[in-house]
Amino acid sequence: MAGGQERILRRRIKSVQSTKKITKAMELIAASRIVKAQARVAAARPYSDQITEVIRNLAAAGAASSNPLLVPRDEVRTVGYVVVTADRGLAGGYNSNVIRAAERDLQARRAEGKEYSLILVGKKAANYFRFRGYTIDAQFAGFSDAPTYENAREVAREVMQRYRDGSIDHVELAYTQFRSVATQRVEVRRFLPLEAAAITEAASTGPQADYEFEPAPGAILDEIVPRYVESRLFAAFLDAAASEHAARQRAMKSATDNADELIKVLVRQMNRARQDSITTEIIEIASGAEALAAAKGGVDLLRDRLVDQDFLGTDPTNLYQSRRTATTE
Amino acid sequence: MSLQVELVSPERILWSGEAEIVIARTAGGDIAFMTGHAPFVGILGVGLVRIKPTGSSTEEVAAVHGGFIEVKDNRVTVLSDVAELASQIDVERARAAQRRAEEARRASGDVDSDAAVRRAQVRLEAAGVTTGAGTH
Repeated sequence: MAGGQERILRRRIKSVQSTKKITKAMELIAASRIVKAQARVAAARPYSDQITEVIRNLAAAGAASSNPLLVPRDEVRTVGYVVVTADRGLAGGYNSNVIRAAERDLQARRAEGKEYSLILVGKKAANYFRFRGYTIDAQFAGFSDAPTYENAREVAREVMQRYRDGSIDHVELAYTQFRSVATQRVEVRRFLPLEAAAITEAASTGPQADYEFEPAPGAILDEIVPRYVESRLFAAFLDAAASEHAARQRAMKSATDNADELIKVLVRQMNRARQDSITTEIIEIASGAEALAAAKGGVDLLRDRLVDQDFLGTDPTNLYQSRRTATTE
Repeated sequence: MSLQVELVSPERILWSGEAEIVIARTAGGDIAFMTGHAPFVGILGVGLVRIKPTGSSTEEVAAVHGGFIEVKDNRVTVLSDVAELASQIDVERARAAQRRAEEARRASGDVDSDAAVRRAQVRLEAAGVTTGAGTH
């Protein structure tokens, strides 16, 4: 039956439309969150800039860079990975890109005969690595879209703890760098030991000003380096959060566009189906009427009633008369 | 000529502006900075940072729970991962935190809970509320 086709299409259109409403809403939410996340990235910059400057000054003043967080280990047996993903999907390739980059690096090091240790941030990373049978040493979740400094501190504490007690000798950080709303890039970069290049460079150029230190530079350095580690991790979290929202916005935008396209096609199909069924109905009625007329002996019933009236002259009474006969017949 | 002061937390700049004097508590004791101070880097203890803005009679007070202070070329930068401006401290919550911290100290008596009590006191001090008697 022709009407059934139409009904099925109508139902599909309705379901696509409601999906579209959801994706559209998610797109708008993500877009507004990108702005907020970007503002947070910018707001966090003064602290990390300043802390870097203080460290540089300390190094220039001859603070011994014997801090374990600054000194690379001679033998690297275990490589730690901090993988920063989101808690939720619906963000296109955002999560899988980070995970894949981290896994590739991990496998390459494994081929060199090194052990790995996973410290995962975000539910998605935990799900993936658990499913693949990797050993997970620590996992954190629940703050990927709006991380606080406290979250970064917690993760940093865990990482530094493992680094200090020697269970990991080197740490790689895998996250998504936020360059602009249009560009985000997955980065797998060395996290610990810290890149001491800037510090040693400052040390070789000598002090720019005669600083007073309280307490001694070495003691301040030991205190400030962990804060620096925290703030770098925090910066990575904020970048990741902004990237997550940007990725989600893009994914939801294309989903909305797809839904529009699909609705257009479905509406066209539905209209055709309706036209078809109307045409079929008309044909049915017309052929039914014809068949009936043929059975009655060639008198066309419709035309007979309405038009083919015998007007008896021009006398108005006759005309009236004839109309009456026409209607009462 | 006055000091350029910035009070910076990891998440944002809490306060910035010009000031005549900045008083902070470093590990070695209170220290005040005025214009022309020699370059200085120090570790902050748990205590108050008091800033007297130029041309203002009221002080800006912040509770700082550890951090760093750098002074150079009449620029004072206070870096603290846990800092609160007095005007943003919720006194009720701070009081409750103090009570909890004191109970914890009575129960355990360890160094951690001592620090927690101290933090709570500093927070209330910054908010301009005298801390309860018998807590010292």
